[in-house]
Amino acid sequence: MAAEASAPAPAEAPDGRNHGLRIFIPWLVLSLAADLIIWFAWGPHMPPGAMSSSASNQQFDITVMAVMAAPVMLLVLFYFGYALIVWRQQEGDEEDGPPLHGNSRIQATWISVTSAIVLGLFVFGTVELVTASGAGAGEGASPIWTPGGKPLQVQVIGQQWRFTYRYPQFGGFETTDLVLPVGQWVEFHVTSIDVIHSFWAYQLGVKADANPGVDNVAYTKIDHSRSFTVRCAELCGLWHGAMFESGQAVSVADFRSWAASTQTRLAAVTQMLPPYALTYDPTVVPQMSKAMVAAGLTGGAGLYYPPTDPAQP
Amino acid sequence: MAIETRPEKARGTGGGGRGGVRQRPWWMRPALHTAIVGAVLGYVIGHWLGNVLASSNATTEYPSIALSDSSDVPIVLGYLFGVVGWLAGLGVFNNLLRLIAGRPAPAEAEEEESSGLARYFRFTLDHKVVGIQYLVGMIVYFLTAGLFAMGIRAELLSPSYHLFSSSAYVEIVGEHGTMMMMLMTSVILGPFGNYFVPLMIGSKRVAFPRLEALSFWITPVAYLILLSGLMLGGFPFGWTGYAPLSIQSTYGADSYAIAFGLMGISVIMAGFNIIVTVICYRAPGMRWSRLPMFVWSMVATSFLMVLAAPVLVVGMYMMISDRTAQTAFFIDTLGGSSYLYQNVFWFFGHPEVYILALPGFGIVSEILPVFCRKPLFGYRVATAGMIGVTLLSFFVWQHHLFDSGINPDMRPVFMLTTELISIPTGFIYLVAMGTLWKAKIRLKVPMLFALGMYFNFLIGGISGVFLSDVPADTTEHGSFFVMAHFHYTIMGGLIFAFMGGCYYWLPKMMGIKLDEKLGKIHFWTMFIFFNSTFLPLFAVGMAGQPRRVFEYARSLETLNDWVSISAFCLGGSILIFVINFVWSTVIARVREEGNPWRSRGLEWQVSSPPPPGNFAQVPVVLSGPYEYGTPGAPPVADLSPPTGVVSAAYADTARAEA
Repeated sequence: MAAEASAPAPAEAPDGRNHGLRIFIPWLVLSLAADLIIWFAWGPHMPPGAMSSSASNQQFDITVMAVMAAPVMLLVLFYFGYALIVWRQQEGDEEDGPPLHGNSRIQATWISVTSAIVLGLFVFGTVELVTASGAGAGEGASPIWTPGGKPLQVQVIGQQWRFTYRYPQFGGFETTDLVLPVGQWVEFHVTSIDVIHSFWAYQLGVKADANPGVDNVAYTKIDHSRSFTVRCAELCGLWHGAMFESGQAVSVADFRSWAASTQTRLAAVTQMLPPYALTYDPTVVPQMSKAMVAAGLTGGAGLYYPPTDPAQP
Repeated sequence: MAIETRPEKARGTGGGGRGGVRQRPWWMRPALHTAIVGAVLGYVIGHWLGNVLASSNATTEYPSIALSDSSDVPIVLGYLFGVVGWLAGLGVFNNLLRLIAGRPAPAEAEEEESSGLARYFRFTLDHKVVGIQYLVGMIVYFLTAGLFAMGIRAELLSPSYHLFSSSAYVEIVGEHGTMMMMLMTSVILGPFGNYFVPLMIGSKRVAFPRLEALSFWITPVAYLILLSGLMLGGFPFGWTGYAPLSIQSTYGADSYAIAFGLMGISVIMAGFNIIVTVICYRAPGMRWSRLPMFVWSMVATSFLMVLAAPVLVVGMYMMISDRTAQTAFFIDTLGGSSYLYQNVFWFFGHPEVYILALPGFGIVSEILPVFCRKPLFGYRVATAGMIGVTLLSFFVWQHHLFDSGINPDMRPVFMLTTELISIPTGFIYLVAMGTLWKAKIRLKVPMLFALGMYFNFLIGGISGVFLSDVPADTTEHGSFFVMAHFHYTIMGGLIFAFMGGCYYWLPKMMGIKLDEKLGKIHFWTMFIFFNSTFLPLFAVGMAGQPRRVFEYARSLETLNDWVSISAFCLGGSILIFVINFVWSTVIARVREEGNPWRSRGLEWQVSSPPPPGNFAQVPVVLSGPYEYGTPGAPPVADLSPPTGVVSAAYADTARAEA
């Protein structure tokens, strides 16, 4: 990055001022200060927080990006500001400026430095992708990276305008409550029964599109027990803006007891559901909505959302 | 209107026509009113035909159509026939067979291209008239779409209290997004590209004036069709139109598909015209190495249009046939794929965002040397940047699908291409910084807008690098962060450059001066309120607010209110531009003679506004357009070269090519 700043710095300027140095030194100081602030003060508070493994990874990536971006931005902004103050036309000066058509050394330096930054970012990003860092994004049916052991499987079913969740390891019951254990890998299988939605558990750092007929897998491991928000991040029709709910991360023991009791409570409803599958044909939708009505939830598949909610003015 | 201009025009009717000029009364001559009549008639015929096809009588013969939403077929056919009627009413198809056969149009047809105000409401083949038509049209479209944005921000003043119903809100979001993204593709190429490319390359005309005029006359009808969607209940899928939501939606979706497809056809024609004009109509001496940066950007944009827009047209065609003829391109259970639409759309959609960015680069690179009084630094680097962006932009589209469940092996590839494209984009900044080095900067209004563009695009571009990294993108994707990012590149980049172009070139186009003081007020209010509107939106997105929602977390209310109020002020600053535009061009009309910016551009070497035919003779270009302060640099062109020079130059070229 230092080379970049020296770019517009030919030897001593004719007016006796070394503009290159006068830009380079303040830029260096500003960049160092900005990067230190970003890394140490701002970084730990960067979105989306550190509630889960994938969220921490995203926080780290965003911080790294910000550390890279700050000097570049500062260079351009400081240079423009300097130019606007120092190289303004003097009153009554109608002369043209010096005829500089280019400078191959500066151009080559600029191209090499920007290429190096970009390729560095690419290597960094690729390494991140083959490790757990990219696991919070939906990766389709065959992810690059998978956690060992037996993760908890949770199926997320998008429909207009609600997410429902099925737990195949607990008899495949379907519920509107998202409860997840802390300290265990969770394997989301995101699908849809109507249009494209996107399952976005913000604090968990998980975002995966819910496509009809597609099994979209994402992983995360939660570190702290607290609630988190779930939103739909893909425009899915009229009430897209109201697909706003929350989930709860609890201890493994609490999770097990919740899952066991819910499994028993919903046993009759689960009987009515189509068998658990990675994707669902739209023909099973009536079956699903019948089960949902039996479970005491209004409507299903398009009729899910009670017309009074969210309330109209 | 046009009647008083006929006598002076009537004398110049040389050969070509069949005898004398027959005069038709003004209401018989094709113009806006006949176009409207044609459009209405066409719509009625198409709607009737659709009803016949979809009616119960035809069920046995066309079951798939009859089984579709019964009104989709009549509406689609109504729109299509309406467009044909509109064009026929404008006289687009007059003498078509004669022209195809290679014979000149009858004199009467040329005669009807009268001078005066009337020609702006006609299918006029003069590229300078088309440029002005585009300019006014684009401002109208921009203001309409901007009003929808005001509606969005008004709704977002409160997280829970609703100004609009949820259906009205998604209609507004869809209209704003689609109108901006489809019509603003031509916001610079239309007015300034068509007007100035021939002037800047020393040509008396464009290659395909009929295609050029047609490309403009499709835009008002696309605009009206898109707006008419509101009467059909709008479309609830934003500007992207993802299937299967778009297949499932009601009739308003037909207006989206037809309007967007039409606009695709318009930009294909506009692009062809610019490409061929620049390749074939450069004056002698206008080497590729002397081509102004603005012309380079127009060529690059045109290539993107010609290569990307057909994919859009095909996508819209598939959507329409899914909706009417019950094909299933995008329905998973019937053998289609919703990914197909996403891929087709973004294969067009990502080059499109560079269709929106490159013209801005062209304008600011054009303005900068003039107001720095220095040559453009690194002309070749700037050109390489434009070409590099053009090529790479076709290989980045799947970054819109990072979270969609595509094959994860593809993600590093598209991450790489997306990050690579920042290298040629960075060239634009190298060129700007080199040009500013030891310059004599004059802060006139066009220069202010150019500098504002560099400032805004820097933020837009760097936020784009955040989006290219998959883990970082997981948080940002589909949130207000993305929305802020592309508003920084498109509104902060393209529209600022467009405004700069208006202040820079309107004196040339109209021969009048735009008020400098109002211009400065316009710039500062627009610059401050633009940043105050969109900078907080990065934070809003990072804090977890998805796009296109009308309810959001209560904790984000303060930020959203700040943004909304800034957005209203931003709308106000655009009004200052409109007031300045109307005041300066209609009321005050202060004459601007000659070359107010002391520019070396070839377009500034002729009178303002340029005479018919641009140049009395084909000029001979002697040096590049940016040779400011270069000792001994020849003038940019010889406007009245000695007899024989130009024909000899063409003969040389012909011999070299033979």
